[in-house]
Amino acid sequence: MRALTWQGTQDVQVDTVADPEIINPRDAIIKVTSTAICGSDLHLYDGVIPMVKPGDILGHEFMGEVVETGASSTLQKGQRVVVPFTISCGGCFHCKISQFSACENSNPVEKQDASEMLYGHPMGGIFGYSHLTGGYSGGQAEYVRVPFSDVGPLAVPDHLDDDQVLFLSDILPTGWMAAENAEIQPDDTVAVWGCGPVGLFAVQSALAMGAARVIAIDHYPHRLALARMLGAETVDFRHSNVREALLEMSGGIGVDAVIDAVGMEAHGFAIDNMIDVAKQKVGVGADRASALKQAILAVRPGGRVSIPGVYGGMTDKFPLGALMEKGLQIRTGQTHVQRYLHDLLAKIEEGAIDTTFLISHRLPLEEAAYGYKSFKEEQNNWIKVVLKPGMDASGAASRA
Amino acid sequence: MHRQSRRSWPKLAALGIGLVAIPAVAFGVASSRRRADIRSDNAPGFTARRSFGSFDVVGRSVTIRKPRDELFRFWRDFSNLPEFMENLDKVVPDDTESGRNTWFIRAPAGKTFAVETRVVREIDNELIAWRSTPESEIETEGRVTFEDAPGERGTRVGLIIAYKPVGGVAGKMLAKLLRRSPELQARHDLKRFKMLLETGEISTSARCRTDHGATQQASSHTDRNEEQA
Ligand SMILES: NC(=O)c1ccc[n+]([C@@H]2O[C@H](COP(=O)([O-])OP(=O)(O)OC[C@H]3O[C@@H](n4cnc5c(N)ncnc54)[C@H](O)[C@@H]3O)[C@@H](O)[C@H]2O)c1
Ligand SMILES: [Zn+2]
Ligand SMILES: [Zn+2]
Repeated sequence: MRALTWQGTQDVQVDTVADPEIINPRDAIIKVTSTAICGSDLHLYDGVIPMVKPGDILGHEFMGEVVETGASSTLQKGQRVVVPFTISCGGCFHCKISQFSACENSNPVEKQDASEMLYGHPMGGIFGYSHLTGGYSGGQAEYVRVPFSDVGPLAVPDHLDDDQVLFLSDILPTGWMAAENAEIQPDDTVAVWGCGPVGLFAVQSALAMGAARVIAIDHYPHRLALARMLGAETVDFRHSNVREALLEMSGGIGVDAVIDAVGMEAHGFAIDNMIDVAKQKVGVGADRASALKQAILAVRPGGRVSIPGVYGGMTDKFPLGALMEKGLQIRTGQTHVQRYLHDLLAKIEEGAIDTTFLISHRLPLEEAAYGYKSFKEEQNNWIKVVLKPGMDASGAASRA
Repeated sequence: MHRQSRRSWPKLAALGIGLVAIPAVAFGVASSRRRADIRSDNAPGFTARRSFGSFDVVGRSVTIRKPRDELFRFWRDFSNLPEFMENLDKVVPDDTESGRNTWFIRAPAGKTFAVETRVVREIDNELIAWRSTPESEIETEGRVTFEDAPGERGTRVGLIIAYKPVGGVAGKMLAKLLRRSPELQARHDLKRFKMLLETGEISTSARCRTDHGATQQASSHTDRNEEQA
């Protein structure tokens, strides 16, 4: 089959590789019809997440048709399913309490040691990510082996097309959980750093959960415009002093909750960020956390800090004092996708949530490398890239 | 509360926890409870920052969301152990009644060698302890315990293995095999045990059966046999 493989920092290519096979009884094989490139993929692309190896197939946002099932799979051939990016067994302690991304059994035993050493506990399995999370072949491919297929994949009705449901695999639940973690109260003002797909869905979710105001922060005009379209007010961090702006916009109180939808590769020329950029370049595993640091200073005392943005290592000059002295609450994590799937699918069916506004580009799988490069370098216009393995290369009109 | 099974050895009951040669502190629970008043911590003995003489001791606990009796029964049939113990080729019961087994341990270069053990203590649904027989080339003892975890969490399983590498080819091989990283080995084995019982399979990220490591990672017995062939 054809698949997008990681070769090194900012080096990906579409290769011919061996097809996946059923290995365990609960497996299924999915023929991919749509798969997206995520901000998390950019962290892999840029080589800032440890333990990605040349030849690894990337992609954790995908959906498609069931073409093969193991003896204990509950899926049927021909079914259309969306697959959560987190792999969960459904039977362990964490799965049973709905903390699916902390599944104790989905990361193969031999792969657990690294994250156990790095984080004190092993991580759960994730498709197309790092060997820290199992080294599973991902979804930017024609076919994927999906373990525990009786737990993760969600069958979707035929009247909803791929573009409407694909983002159930990750970013829609991620934006939703980000807003849920902000524990929004009716009169709240919520600030969201980052107007990428995750930030935009967090804006949408926060408003749906009843936030009085949402303020979105970024520096790309087009991404900020999308946030305004959803109903947010915006702050461009290249034009305005973010902390001062938020303080004034909230009448001197400070915002009630903050959401960091930027993660470990924050942009900007704040001095701490420049030092972190330098450290990442020389490979000391420093996370660039300038958006998060800013968020912690901007939130009001007693406020909530929600962090969907991904971090992988250590960071310097963390405002620990502000965190404690202001009495903040922090909630974060890889999304417990399976927890939200059914409710969010229902909202899509009712027409209460639209996800298609996000898609700026549709490309054949063959042009995935071009998709990565553009999504990385032209973020203003490249909002979300969907790859279609079945799409005719000549049909790549959106390339223009 | 839990009755002592008739398989336990009255002769060896005098050994307390059922382990002879190594310091009792390594095997933890009972001794730490007894000494709770003089010890300043409740950590299991094997986590101590000390060595246990000529014995290597590894210990590890895992919580498995299954009832105690189911886990106990699975373990008590020693022929199940190779399903999750990586270095174990097979266990042949020599005498089920007296709990004598021969363990065939995988060694480098496709060889296996045998260790004879017998169950030295057993409490239904609670504890199984085994020990190598005097004839065995390798001196080893092990103990697995099962206790209820709080609420719905299932069962806490503790595994402690001690062994004393002795001379001879087999001894050297075993030492090499286990010394590679005995702690890791125990941890991996217990995690596989958990996977097998909680999910019915052992996770692998291999994409196809021919992937390097696929057969080694995959769960089923047949895979292991094929690999042997
Ligand atoms: N928790 C999860 O399960 C989960 C799931 C998906 C994605 N993520 C993470 O969420 C983050 C965002 O993902 P995405 O797909 O939206 O990525 P993206 O790269 O498309 O968007 C990030 C946005 O942040 C903006 N930004 C950069 N620095 C900023 C700063 N200092 N202040 C304000 N905005 C800034 C960028 O301009 C960009 O628009 C990533 O870290 C990704 O890994 C987490
Ligand atoms: Zn994603
Ligand atoms: Zn699980």
